[in-house]
Parts: sequence; C-alpha cells; structure tokens
Amino acid sequence: MGAFFRQALTITIKDLKAEIRTKEAINASFAFAIVILVLFSFAFDPLEDTTRDMSGGLLWIVFAFAGVLVLNRSFARELPNDCLDALIAAPISGAALFLGKSVANYLLLLAVELVSLPVFGIFYNVHWTTQFWSLMLVLVLGTWGLTLIGTFCSALTVNIRLREVMLPMLTYPALVPVLMGSMQLTVSLMAGKPIGEETMPWLKLLAGFDIVFTAASLVLVEVVLVG
Amino acid sequence: MRNYILYALGAGAMFILARDINLIAGFPQEASQGAIFKIIFFHVPMAITAMLCSFVALCASIAFLATKNFKYDAIAVAVTEVGLAFLAGNLITGSIWARIIWGVWWAWDVRLTSALVCWLLYAGYLMLRRAIEEPTQRATFAAAFSIFAFIDVPIVYLSIRLFRTQHPGPVFFSSNGSFPPDWSAAIFGPLGTMMAMMMLATIFTCVRLTQENFQRELDSLRRMAHAM
Repeated sequence: MGAFFRQALTITIKDLKAEIRTKEAINASFAFAIVILVLFSFAFDPLEDTTRDMSGGLLWIVFAFAGVLVLNRSFARELPNDCLDALIAAPISGAALFLGKSVANYLLLLAVELVSLPVFGIFYNVHWTTQFWSLMLVLVLGTWGLTLIGTFCSALTVNIRLREVMLPMLTYPALVPVLMGSMQLTVSLMAGKPIGEETMPWLKLLAGFDIVFTAASLVLVEVVLVG
Repeated sequence: MRNYILYALGAGAMFILARDINLIAGFPQEASQGAIFKIIFFHVPMAITAMLCSFVALCASIAFLATKNFKYDAIAVAVTEVGLAFLAGNLITGSIWARIIWGVWWAWDVRLTSALVCWLLYAGYLMLRRAIEEPTQRATFAAAFSIFAFIDVPIVYLSIRLFRTQHPGPVFFSSNGSFPPDWSAAIFGPLGTMMAMMMLATIFTCVRLTQENFQRELDSLRRMAHAM
C-alpha cells in the first residue's frame, strides 16, 4: 500500500515539475478564466444584485471551462516521444499512474481557482471572504470531483482524433451533480449564509460523488490504461 | 431461422400496437387533462424500455471487460443506440404533453433534466466510439465510459431532486394513484404497449447486432486485404 502511494507521489511530482517548467497549461487556463469572466460581464450587468445572486454559478462555469484546458494537457503531454507507452510499461499500476496524475491536476486546478477568486471578487464586487473556510471546503470537494472525471475522460480520449472536442462532450454531462452542488453552495456562501440545514445535503452529495467516483475510476482505469 | 423469429416478433409487435391503439382510442377522456393524457400509454413504456436498455448495456460492458469477447461489445453498442432512440421518443412525447398541460415545451424539472443528461451521456458514448479507430481500444474505452455513465445517472437524479420538482408523481404501483385497472392493463398487461415496446426494442437490437457483426467481418477482410 505504501508503495502504491509512493508511486503515485512520484508521478505527481513529475507532472508538477513538467508543468512548472513550461507553465503551458496553467498560463492558458488562467488567461482563459479571465477571458470568460470578462465575457460574462457583457452578458449580465456585473454590478446588479441579480447577477450577484448567480455569481457562484458563473464562477463554477469558469472553473469547469478553464479546468478542461489543464485536464486536456494532462495525458496529451505524454504523447510526444511515446512517453505514455513508457509510463504504462513502467512497473507501476494504472491506478497509481491515474492517481498521481489526478493529484497533479488537482493542485494545478486549485492554484488557478485560488488566483481567479480574488479577480472575480474585484470584477463582480462579490464579498467572497465572509465565509472563507466553508468556501474553501466547497472548492476542495468540488474541484476533486471535477479533476477526477476530467482526468478519467482525458485518459479515455488521449489517443483519439478530435480529442479537444470529445473531452468536454464526455466530461460536462457527467459533471452535472458536482457542478450543481458546488454552484448551490457557492451562491449561498457568497451571500454570507453559512452552511446550514438547507445546503448541507449538497455538501453530502459532493462528498458522496467524490467517494463513489474515486473508487470507480481507480478500479476502471486499470483496464483503460493497461488493457 | 433467426430472421424468421425476428419477422414473427415484428408482426407480433405490430399486431399488439394496432390492438392497443384501437383500445386506447376507445377509452374515455381523462377528467382534467383530456385526450392528451393518453400519451402516457406510450410515454411511460418508452422510459422503462430505455432504462432497461441502459441496464443491459451496463451488463454487456462489464461482461466485455471481464471476458474481452467482442460479442458483448456488439450487444452494448446495439442496445445503447436502441435505448437512446427510445429515450428520445420519451423526451419528445413528454415535451408534447408538457406543451399542452404546463404550457411550455420544457421545464427544468428533476426527471426531465436527468433524462436529458442521461441522453447526453449515452450520446457521448456513441461519439466516443466513433472517434476511436482501433477495435480493442474502442470496445474497452466505451465499456469503461458506459459503466461510468450508469453510475452517474442515479446521482444526477438525486442531485436534481434536491430542487423542487413539478413532474406528475407516479400513478402506477402507488396507493394514491387512481389509474383504472383496464388502463393499467393497456400498458403493463401481456398485450399492453409495454410488451410491444420491449418486442420492438429486441428487434431493433437484433438487427443492429447483425449489422455490427457484418461490420466486424468487413473490417477484418479489409485489414487482410491491406496486409496482402
């Protein structure tokens, strides 16, 4: 068991190192997040109260769109020089490889989100810090669901043509529960309401989704990657 | 032999459908909804057929991953396509009903939304299959995604149910329903629309399965020709 996590950690560190040296996915993702925020400001009047009511929803759409850019690169990065074949041939299980990549993506996505949040707060005049720790909890849970589904679909689509098109097609419908839960919670937290009776089921749903899909993808990814 | 069974099944399904349509047309109109209520005789069986199809697809996908036998992959894709068609029929009939009763074509209610998400997931499954060339990889990836989709649908349903729902509650198998027994029989009876839909789904699946087998044969011949 210890070996499994050590292997996953090695993959995570490798991916993070590669990303920090090139910064290709994280820069693109962050820039894209800002672009969507700007575009949304044309669709709705950003300073009106009604917009603030749905700002939590907007935020998660930004995260989901920007996140796919990071997730897309995750396996695609391994294609040149046949690195993916080498990784699969390496003496580690497919699950360890998947977990390692997921954690790396997770940290990158969280970084993009944490940088986008203050920008979002400034642009949309949202006081997102009032329920800071609860919001972080939602971010941590929601992003793990997003990363997990995204990394799994990224592994499925890595070898196919139209990869960039297929990944969102597969990821977003599967993500509906995560996005809904995160949006509901974020909207209520940004309105200054703590997590209470009304929003608790959503938090449970998020946690449940994360657990179910962590288990399912760790079991299934072995067949997908190794065959 | 197999073709004759399919023809017989088809004739049987046609007969049952004709009988049911005749029977249903003779039923009196429902008190509050009028004639449009009768859409339920086709709407509900289509939903149940689609659900069964996705369950069969799950079983076939697991069987493929366990055995690597392409027979199961063919079953999975055939049954998914048929299920998707029935789900589309379900969504369309429901939409027509909603236009008359609710006054809108679409409401973002729990069942409608989860049915739509389900449709999108399985449409994604078919697109994924289209995009992968290599047969073993296509079958494996598609099977994995099919299992994922099947796990996801109940969670989607659960999540949307946390919102308030406006879909009419089930009138079958519940004590508060007031569905007359002869109307129930027109759906769930041995000669009901449910039976007809199931037979249709079986026929479509078998025809699609034959196509899939021909396709595989063609592919292998083509590969052989390339090799020579």
